[in-house]
Amino acid sequence: MARAEGRTPFLRTVRTLVWRDLVSEYRSREVVIGGIVFALLTLVIFNFAIDLRLETVEEVAPGILWIGFAFAGMLAFGRSFAAERERGTLDGLLLAPIDRSAIYLARTVTNSVLMAVVELVSLPVFVALYNVRAAWLDLLLTTALGTIGFTGAGTLVAAIAANTRAREVLLPLLLLPLTVPVLIASVKATAMALGARPPEPLPWLQLLLGFDVIVVATSFLVFEYILDE
Amino acid sequence: MQRLHPPASSVRPAAGLFADRPGLGLALLAMLSMGAALYAALLYAPTERLQGDVQRIFYFHVPLAWTSYLAFFVVFVASAAYLAKRAPVLDAVARSSAEVGLLFTTMMLITGSLWARPIWGTWWSWDARLTTTLLLWFIYVGYLMLRASVEDEEKAARYAAVIGIVGAVDIPIIHQSVVWWRSLHPESVVLASGGPAMPASMLSALVISLVAFTVLYVVLVLLRTRLELARADLRSLRRRALERLA
Repeated sequence: MARAEGRTPFLRTVRTLVWRDLVSEYRSREVVIGGIVFALLTLVIFNFAIDLRLETVEEVAPGILWIGFAFAGMLAFGRSFAAERERGTLDGLLLAPIDRSAIYLARTVTNSVLMAVVELVSLPVFVALYNVRAAWLDLLLTTALGTIGFTGAGTLVAAIAANTRAREVLLPLLLLPLTVPVLIASVKATAMALGARPPEPLPWLQLLLGFDVIVVATSFLVFEYILDE
Repeated sequence: MQRLHPPASSVRPAAGLFADRPGLGLALLAMLSMGAALYAALLYAPTERLQGDVQRIFYFHVPLAWTSYLAFFVVFVASAAYLAKRAPVLDAVARSSAEVGLLFTTMMLITGSLWARPIWGTWWSWDARLTTTLLLWFIYVGYLMLRASVEDEEKAARYAAVIGIVGAVDIPIIHQSVVWWRSLHPESVVLASGGPAMPASMLSALVISLVAFTVLYVVLVLLRTRLELARADLRSLRRRALERLA
């Protein structure tokens, strides 16, 4: 983290990196399109696995939604470092005189944006397919907080898993136990946004916010040890 | 190969498992205290009136839980210290403690299930403490799998340290989320913990067992750490040997 002369300011570095990642994704569009189709497919497949002609569909449906988001997210995180490796651009990034933690922050922002696009497309389809009524503001707030937490941990774990032999297995294996609080809180708060009783989403939103802050801060601090080649 | 003399500097004389006095002393202490714990738990402590002999599993279950949490705390501290100092011995301690902790967590889950079946009438309940422990188990299974799938020793140590730190920071949040998940759940069954206050003889049996398991933990981590360091020595000796032959 030693600051050398002539370094670009931290936030500008992050902005440049986010722009770079988004442009690269815009050109291929493989993560977003893949993620959207995957999330929608999850909604359809679970409809066969669980009979949803229930009175309490708003209690069950959020779980399915978040499984879709989590798996679509893991596909995206896995891609983000694997693609760098294939193109050999990670070495260039590491040679640049920038803080390693800027790379973490930028990648977390990019991954959150990509997940948000996937979610914004999936949510209306979810509401229609599962025939639920949504309080949209609550639903969007929950989704945003859940996404930041899941991506914050996911970006860190993906950076580690990308350098191992069993990366496709290790990413979900390490990430899912760590993000259990996000999954529980998001599912609960989403259910309440769909009208589940009792309507007390506040503790869950606080839990999500706490997780986001603690996990992003911890990952930010330890990230430099991962890319320390 | 025959002409080869080991470089004196890198050979640790205490690399053998019980090769020194403190190591041997601790191992003997572990053996004696485990014997005392067995006696206290199975013969000395009175039979519980309601649960019968099944309750005696408590004298092993609780110390296993305590040493598991101790082990993962040691992983956390050793991981942070490793990233700061980069001393291989710190990484060896973290790894050893994770392995012993995982073993003890597994035994805690099994002994808990064995007790729960006759007392609660079920092998498993999604109670907050059980669920947290199960997730803890998964985190450290992942930790050890991560170590196994990185070739480079130094890289494996760094990655594992990061997971060791993030995992430990996450545990309180996991616990909190699981507690709320259960208590806010409408069908939650409140399992009364504790029950009647313990008579002194039960308490002393528990304390003896706690001491015994803690000593056992220390001995196992010590042996495992030495094994790890001996392996590292062997690797560097091999490397030197190959260099000389070349």
